Amino acid sequence: MSDVTLSNEEIARYSRHLIMPEVGMAGQRKIKQGSVLLVGTGGLGSPLALYLAAAGVGHIGLVDFDVVDSSNLQRQIVHGTSTVGVAKTESAKRRLADLNPLVEVTTYETQITSANALDLMRPYDIIIDGTDNFPTRYLTNDAAVMLGKPNIYGSIFRFEGQATVFYPKQGGPCYRCLYPEPPPPGLVPSCAEGGVLGVLPGVIGTIQATEAIKLLAGIGTSLVGRLMLYDALEMRFRELKLRRNPTCPVCGEHPTVTELIDYDQFCGIVPEVNTLSNQYEITPGELAELLRSDARPFLLDVRNPYEIAIASIPGTDKVIAVDQLPERISELDSSVEMVVYCRSGMRSGRAVELLRSAGFHKVKNLVGGILRWSDDVDPSVAKY
Amino acid sequence: MATITIPTALRQYADGSASVALEADTVGALLRGLVEQHPTLGKHLFSEQGKLRSFVNIYVGDEDIRYLEGEETPVAGGDVVSIIPAIAGGMYV
Repeated sequence: MSDVTLSNEEIARYSRHLIMPEVGMAGQRKIKQGSVLLVGTGGLGSPLALYLAAAGVGHIGLVDFDVVDSSNLQRQIVHGTSTVGVAKTESAKRRLADLNPLVEVTTYETQITSANALDLMRPYDIIIDGTDNFPTRYLTNDAAVMLGKPNIYGSIFRFEGQATVFYPKQGGPCYRCLYPEPPPPGLVPSCAEGGVLGVLPGVIGTIQATEAIKLLAGIGTSLVGRLMLYDALEMRFRELKLRRNPTCPVCGEHPTVTELIDYDQFCGIVPEVNTLSNQYEITPGELAELLRSDARPFLLDVRNPYEIAIASIPGTDKVIAVDQLPERISELDSSVEMVVYCRSGMRSGRAVELLRSAGFHKVKNLVGGILRWSDDVDPSVAKY
Repeated sequence: MATITIPTALRQYADGSASVALEADTVGALLRGLVEQHPTLGKHLFSEQGKLRSFVNIYVGDEDIRYLEGEETPVAGGDVVSIIPAIAGGMYV
């Protein structure tokens, strides 16, 4: 620790830390000597990167393979309008360089995988999970456990967030102690519903950043063994006990998972194969032509009511949310030609399969949904 | 009466309710009472074999029922039982 010193420039910059006895020169030097890998530079990664850089964390690694999209800016505040279309890692690096040029930022414009996770994480003291999907969460967890590093976890959904610190090396539980298995893809409510209040990742990411800085400085009581829950709608914080599972396959007494596995397979995600044959698909161009002809099909929208308020395809005959389809199937006529659509074509694909198994043979899925309809046929229909 | 808190992810299957108050002696009975009121919640909480799903954790107060008596964990009036599902963030189809 003694080999790290603070320049006068750093002393001036971090003075509000230095004058607190809990941090002081010693704590700030530890923060400077610390390194943190952020897995994901999105909603959670944005406030994380900003606060960790501002606090003077010496080395910050950013892993992301995505590029900035305008729909990210409602919550991903490290990016900006000027970097739409730029790689998220590069966009974040530019912002951090302006915020604090005294910290080192390393970018990895790649997807974290079982093949590279251990190498990506090895140089860093702390791993922070700012991902948005189950396979990467389990991968990040398992790799951090295997390397004996703390994994600061945060997760968000709509108005609700969770945060904790997984640190089995210091006796705490890991993500698999909390959730041994992921939900099967079809049952994940986030797939069908999605959406997030823009400020929510700000709250959860800031909790994660707080825990990272405390761990580096060696101060306070960490969230190890406690799950912090935040409900923005009710404006309520709660705390639950987390226990280490002695039979945990990764951090338990007799681990059965000792190397990284195929996490897509573990999470039940199969490579995208088109289960519907072309006979049950229709492109937006083909549908537009049919709608102009005498052979106009019945147009069924399987999205949720609040999505209808955003955008619809003109001439929609009926709306039944895909979740309600099984109980409302009797409202539909299997003898007429029917085209089913949703936002992207995923839910309507499920709806078409369900209708086919119920004896509807004249039903087709609109490939690409409203998104592709807007691209190919009618740009006045908003994409969301 | 014990109160069950329903997470945002599952409120759509419970007429939007954030919590439901029910009379029951055990966690299992409480959850089954909840599913009776809101049948579409059933498949999100229980497997086809009727077992609690492994990506849904149930807490009585701040304690995980896996470390109490599971579904047999007794509940008393005024207890808060929480359903805490695994959430992963922004996926959208």
